[in-house]
Order: sequence, then structure tokens, then C-alpha cells
Amino acid sequence: MVADGDRPILSSHVRLRFDPTRDRHVLLGPESVIVLNPTGADILSLCDGNRTVAGVAAVLRERYDRVVDDEVAAFVARLVARRCVEIHNG
Amino acid sequence: MDRPFGLLAELTYRCPLACAYCSNPLELAAYDDEMSTAEWQRVFTEAAEMGVLQCHLSGGEPLLRRDLVDLVRTAAELGMYTNLVTSAIGLSRSRAEGLREAGLDHVQISVQADEPATSDRIAGIPSFERKLKAAAVVKDLGWPLTVNVVLHRQNIDRVAEIIALVEELDADRIELANTQYYGWAWRNRAALLPSREQLAAAEEIVRAARVRLTGRMEVVHVLPDYYSEYPKPCMGGWAARQLTVAPNGHALPCPAAQTLPLPRASVREEPLSTIWDSAPMFTAFRGTDWMRDPCRTCDRRELDFGGCRCQAFQLTGDPARTDPVCHLSPDHALVTAAVDAANGERRHEILIPRPHRS
Repeated sequence: MVADGDRPILSSHVRLRFDPTRDRHVLLGPESVIVLNPTGADILSLCDGNRTVAGVAAVLRERYDRVVDDEVAAFVARLVARRCVEIHNG
Repeated sequence: MDRPFGLLAELTYRCPLACAYCSNPLELAAYDDEMSTAEWQRVFTEAAEMGVLQCHLSGGEPLLRRDLVDLVRTAAELGMYTNLVTSAIGLSRSRAEGLREAGLDHVQISVQADEPATSDRIAGIPSFERKLKAAAVVKDLGWPLTVNVVLHRQNIDRVAEIIALVEELDADRIELANTQYYGWAWRNRAALLPSREQLAAAEEIVRAARVRLTGRMEVVHVLPDYYSEYPKPCMGGWAARQLTVAPNGHALPCPAAQTLPLPRASVREEPLSTIWDSAPMFTAFRGTDWMRDPCRTCDRRELDFGGCRCQAFQLTGDPARTDPVCHLSPDHALVTAAVDAANGERRHEILIPRPHRS
């Protein structure tokens, strides 16, 4: 699980880039391509190892009308499980 | 039409190793006319323009290409995630540093067994110690490391020791891939196909290891499709997500497709995107229109795409038939016969090595 105070950061094994062919951001790793929806791309671009999960959700709330904090945590947790994101605690 | 995500660039079929399960074609000499640096760089550019995001540099042994650093640099500058698939023979520290500087993202090293005698016997040359050294260099330079182990009858009983070795190497991923029967592995199938008992024992060990290693090492386990009820969703569908370019410029939906009775398509003659869109090699089995029964009316036709066309061709002589691995295939007896043989009395099993080429 991922807590509100965790500070997620992209793993050094993966790269986030924009793919003009598919008009989507993609997360590239060894043997994997994850095509992101715009919210996913936004979340990941905010995961800099300094911002907390709650902080990421706060930024997104300003950008969109609806962002549930749990959604950010769940998304980050899925990518942690796939070792695309690492957590810096505290 | 969907665009491919990955390019498997088989830079050369030359290899210092002689593994009897090699998936390279049997007629290796037909591929001696390798593409030049400039030709590969053009292919990478065309691939990136058509949406390819990952470039797997493979072979044979890609390190035998003297221009590998230049090729990596080109692929990396085009924004592709670059993956070196190597035996690690020739991956010295200085060579590795050059590749790192050129932008190589990931290294996959093959290991044949958990100890030198078996590993070197399977590889055909003393190579085990060099592989371990190279793996340490990969980690030392901060690369993510995948260790790939092809499993078969002659090493699968050591899967626990193999996993322990790969843990010691501090790999990020381990691929335990049962042999797929193409190329040289097809020729050696009887000596490679494990028994049901061997598979069950290995599966239990791998399952426990996966739990134990959660968060530390990703464990990928590829089971042999000969033992499964349904076929594998080969390549995620014919010419749907990936493409392969062979050393001589032939473009293929997968490496094994060179065996199929379809007209050749060459990147030396046509742009990659034209080939992807309209070459018969790519369109012949795309989608589901080509299917006959039992696939045509099967609920699973969008799940496994009828299985593997190359396997259907290899076993039945007709690439449009259902993959005989499927228990619904009218040709399924061809697979059960091979499985029965693997579970019968122990035979004297001789591996025919693929020849070394350098």
C-alpha cells in the first residue's frame, strides 16, 4: 500500500516520454510499454521524490474538477508493484 | 491500423555460443550478407517514425557488431528504449562504458545453468565465469539487469539453484523461459522437452520464489505451450505489436516467421512502414479474417489469436491451421505424441549444437 505521506519517484529503470504517434505519454521499461492516459501522465510527472502522494493529489485537484486522493494512491501503488515507481518514505 | 511498439533488431546471427535451443534459423549462412551501419540506422529512424518505442538489439551476439555503440546511440537519440540481448561474451568494462555513454537503457544476459560445467556444456564454450563478471559490470554501471535462462529437460531440475545464482547477481528481473520449439530447438525437441513431473516441480519452486522475491526481483516464468490447454497469444497477435528485422534486412512479424511460405519483405527494398502496412508477410494472418474452424467461431479468438502461425506450419505444414497446441485443434495428436515421448522411458538424448560463427 501507499500512504499519503510517501514520496514517489520514477524508478531509474524507466523513462517517461511523449509519443507523438499515439498522442499519449508512455512509460518505457525493460520489456514493457505502458500507454498512459492524461491523468496518469500528470501524476507521474509530479512524482519527483519531493512531493508526497497527498501533495500530488492537491496539485491535480487544482487542475481538474475531480481527483480522489485514493485514485492517486492506487495508481502509484500499481506502478510500485510493477517496479516503475519507488517510494521515498517520510 | 495499430503501430508496432517494439523492434527486435537481429543485428547478426554470428555467435560465440552454440546453444542447441537457439531460435536462429537453421540456414545461418543465408544471413551472412549483414546490413551496414547506415542501413540499420535508416531502419531505426523509420521504426521510430512509425511509432516504435523499444529497440531490442539482439542476434546471434550483437556485441560482435563493431558498430554496436553507434547503433545504440542512434536508437537512443531517436527516443527509443534500448535493450541489449547478449550472451555477455565480449562485454568488457570498457565496452560496457561505451554503451552506457551511448545511451543503452537495459541489459539482458543469458545464463545456461547455475554452475560452470553444465552451463559451458550447453553453451558449447567456457563462458560461465565471463557471464558472471559481465553481470557484475552491468550492475556496477547502474543498469537494470535481466538474466534470461532458457529452461529445458537438461537444466530445469536445477531451477532453485539457478534462481539463487541470479539473486546473487542482484538482477532486477529473471526470465525463466521454457524452450520454444523453433530453429535449432525444433531440431532438438526430443532432447529438450521436459517431463510433466519436471515441470510441476519447477513450477512450485518458481511460485515460492516469486512470493519470496516480491519487490526485489521480478520473476517471469514462461511455461512450455506443449503442456497447456490453449495456445499462447503469440506476439500479441500476428503483426500487431512487434516486428523483427533479420541481419540481412528481411522484415518479419517474429523471428520464427522466416520459415513460412510467404514472399520475403526486405527493408533494403521498401520502407518499413510500407512493409508493416501491406507486405503479405505482415498482412497474411493479421486480425481474425484468415481463421478457419475451430478458431473462426471460438470465443477465445481475440485472446490467443489462434496461437502461433509458425508452430502451426512447423507441425502441420499449413500456417493457417489452428496451433496444434490447442486441445481443440484437429492436429492436437501431434503435440500429445511429443509430450508422451517426453514422459516415456528415458532415452539417450543427444543435443545437436548450432554451429559457432564468428
